[in-house]
Amino acid sequence: MSTKDLHHGHSEQHAGAAITDHVHYQDTEGVIRFEADHGHHDSDRNKKNFIHTYIFSTDHKMIGKQFLITGIIWAIIGGGLSNIFRMQLGFPDVPLHFIGTIFGDKWAPGGKMTPDFYNMLITMHGTILVFFVLTAGLSGTFANLLIPLQIGARDMASPVLNMLSYWFFFLAGAVMFTSFFLPSGAAGVSWVFYPPLSAIRSAAVGSETGADFWLISMALFIVSSLLGGLNYITTILNLRTKGMSMSKLPLTIWALLITAILGLLSFPVLLGAAILLIFDRSMGTSFYLDKIYISGIGAMPHEGGNPILYQHLFWFLGHPEVYIVILPAFGIVSEVLAVNSRKPIFGYRAMILSMLAIAALAFFVWAHHMFVTGLNPFVGSVFVFLTLLIAIPSAIKVFNWITTIWRANIRYTPAMMFSVGFVSLFISGGLTGIFLGNSSIDIQLHDTYFIVAHFHIVMGVAAFFGMFAGVYHWFPKMYGRFMNRTIGFIHFWVTFVGSYCIFWPMHYQGMAGVPRRYYSHGAFESFNKFGALSEFITIAAIVVFLAQLLFVFNFLYSMYRGKKVTELNPWKSNTIEWTTPIHPGHGNWDGPLPEVHRGPYDYGKDGEDFIPQTVPMRPGETTHHG
Amino acid sequence: MTTYLVIAALLLIGMLVVQISKANEYINTLRGEDAELDTDKINGVLWLIFTILFLVGIVWSTWYFSPLFLPESASEHGHWIDTMFNITLILTGIVFVLTQAALGWFAWKYHGKKGKLGFYYPENNKLEMIWTVVPAIALTILVVVGLYYWFRITGPASADARVVEITGKQFNWLVRYPGPDGKLGTNNWKLIDETNAVGIDFNNKDGLDDVMPTELHFEVNKPYLLKIGARDVIHDVGLPHFRIHMDAMPGLPTHFKFTPTITTDEMKKKTNNPNFDYELCCDYLCGKGHSAMKMMVYVDTKEQYQAWLQKQKSFYETAIKGTDEEKKFKVAATGTVSTESGNTQTNL
Repeated sequence: MSTKDLHHGHSEQHAGAAITDHVHYQDTEGVIRFEADHGHHDSDRNKKNFIHTYIFSTDHKMIGKQFLITGIIWAIIGGGLSNIFRMQLGFPDVPLHFIGTIFGDKWAPGGKMTPDFYNMLITMHGTILVFFVLTAGLSGTFANLLIPLQIGARDMASPVLNMLSYWFFFLAGAVMFTSFFLPSGAAGVSWVFYPPLSAIRSAAVGSETGADFWLISMALFIVSSLLGGLNYITTILNLRTKGMSMSKLPLTIWALLITAILGLLSFPVLLGAAILLIFDRSMGTSFYLDKIYISGIGAMPHEGGNPILYQHLFWFLGHPEVYIVILPAFGIVSEVLAVNSRKPIFGYRAMILSMLAIAALAFFVWAHHMFVTGLNPFVGSVFVFLTLLIAIPSAIKVFNWITTIWRANIRYTPAMMFSVGFVSLFISGGLTGIFLGNSSIDIQLHDTYFIVAHFHIVMGVAAFFGMFAGVYHWFPKMYGRFMNRTIGFIHFWVTFVGSYCIFWPMHYQGMAGVPRRYYSHGAFESFNKFGALSEFITIAAIVVFLAQLLFVFNFLYSMYRGKKVTELNPWKSNTIEWTTPIHPGHGNWDGPLPEVHRGPYDYGKDGEDFIPQTVPMRPGETTHHG
Repeated sequence: MTTYLVIAALLLIGMLVVQISKANEYINTLRGEDAELDTDKINGVLWLIFTILFLVGIVWSTWYFSPLFLPESASEHGHWIDTMFNITLILTGIVFVLTQAALGWFAWKYHGKKGKLGFYYPENNKLEMIWTVVPAIALTILVVVGLYYWFRITGPASADARVVEITGKQFNWLVRYPGPDGKLGTNNWKLIDETNAVGIDFNNKDGLDDVMPTELHFEVNKPYLLKIGARDVIHDVGLPHFRIHMDAMPGLPTHFKFTPTITTDEMKKKTNNPNFDYELCCDYLCGKGHSAMKMMVYVDTKEQYQAWLQKQKSFYETAIKGTDEEKKFKVAATGTVSTESGNTQTNL
């Protein structure tokens, strides 16, 4: 940062602003003012400094796009891995020679993958999709893109921390990607990384150097997530434009705020768990280890640790993590449903309260992952109660979404399709959670395909649907063009029907006791009856994966050749991101920041199709939101 | 060659989809609002069709796959779990059908129509109350019934429960039955080696008659207490027919009590499958051999069980006595403890 930039008219009390090259400061009334060289648009900047604009950008919109595109690349890798291991489950006899070509022949002699390679695939599939795609790719993209645009801010509170957040994420990804090509391969001890398997190098090939890389990568990722989260919270609380009270915030922003708070409170615990695990692995400590004898090696020197300790620490993040994944989707879906139903979201305040309730309860349900670890049954019973309690705010949200489309005038855009699909998936996956949350039923369903079906539907596919809804909806804001609708509808129906085809039958496998993370079910008379069903699931998984390539094509093609946006507010939306220019520059609004007078969901009110937030209240007009 | 053909075919299909979509988009742009309304209608109808097929499909597929599900529970507490599962299935099933049907119905009925506005309906506290209280009542029922069973399942084992020790290791199971004395000898992980797989301490005489068979046998209708542990990493004792899952962890003993109620032979008849057998599997990822960690399980009648037991010799007798291993222990060397075989049936 040169002194010339600092010189750019900044005020003492707002040092953070000095780091942007377009300086903004906050006056005494809390209104953001903007001092800029007007007419300084992307095209000029492009000529000026490519690296500054596209690589080390501090513009929140560019950082959002960086998160999105990195997320898409990781989604292709993570999804691709699942197709490879589905081949092993559905068609174990088909040789896959490309594995040897890419990863080395020892992983797949004669095109037949080894169990170690299978374990590596499932581990990396889980890690990549949960953390890199559904946490960074989803929160990172939409928090960065939407927070300043929807609250009326020039940029994030600290744009440089924001940029660092992306680059730590990038580094985490680089480390993880490199680990695939280590001689001992990437980590292969499942994404939950339970010790002792993950703590003792000689316990598995997947616990060798790949596990070190995994832990380093996760540490970097947590730093990224914390830098981002701090910034999101600070920005939402401090940089709202005039009139944008908390009770006028769009639900997307509420969701992203609560997500960031959850991340900030829970990710450090995972960092702690990971550091203790690094100590156990490399420095001979015994936090998680006790009384271990490894065949062929002998008794290990560790004594006095407790493997359950790690599980408590892991799930103290791990459970809030599933809400970190799903809450942004809640927000996006609420917004898209309201805009395209041409109706207010039903129960705006109930939606916020239920999200707050879910977030608070998220910290008190972690042990429901541990009902059969020998946890004291009384402790288990407390967690049953708290876990089923969380179903109440979830039910409120579902009923409110359904009421939102009741008597609507629905405009089906691809974003709307994905939002309605999200509600269907959230119902299906949420209800199976009621089985698993009840400890007595969990005794039977624990670690079977039932749980795989449950969480893939409720937080995997559903969160993806939230992400797709967001991308289709805000693509015009990101690139000034529309994505192709027809391809979007095809993408939706194939993905929606296909996802149910993949995951619904897994409930049946789970009810038959089929364990998850099995390389092959052939050894068991009770489990090997599902051959045909496994083939069906594998085919469905491949079809769904191919449909995502259609989406990627649509995304890239529309970026350059899509139909151009010709009006400021193409979706006739109330929120203020649509008052920015079609191609907003760094600083978002050319003139002064918009002033907000009403809540974001005045659709169909008083005979008007929509009333943007910037329109003053008419005399005598009543408000329903706060 | 086939691979290339498949890839070429997929590319062709992809290009076809893209070209048709592009053409469709141009036409829609020209047609303007009418095209949008058509899209709304088509998608609305598709939602209705999907919802009907989805609900019918789920009922059909559940019926179709039900023969592959686990047969009737072979343990006492398993029936409680199954009851709990069925109660939950009925309650959630009702909610599932109602909400999915409402979603699909509304998605079709309220698709965009010309000149129409959405109905301004921002909130209704009475409705919010209803769908807070109704789920709360339903969930209370589930929690109460669920915990009632949970405490019965996890409560203390009866005093006459027979103890069987199950130890997980990469990649097989080790089981240990107490000998005629009815007591398991103490063990110590530092004593583990190639021969003494669970590290039985033979200085303690309770261990001298312990039996380590390669299969699990239970006598029908007798209470058992499984003492579960692991040698190296986390495993999980999975006995799906008995509705049992319990983690096996190094350094942290766990247990599970149960009473088997159906013998292997009866189950062969019930399932009409002469090849039927109970199996013990590992349910927690433990490394490369995870999916092969199997042990056969037999539930015997009293006579069958006694006959099997007669054949078992103590582990000390078969594997330790007279070997170098024996020298590690003082008691055996002094010969103060009798370890005759053939006396393992009494009191077990």
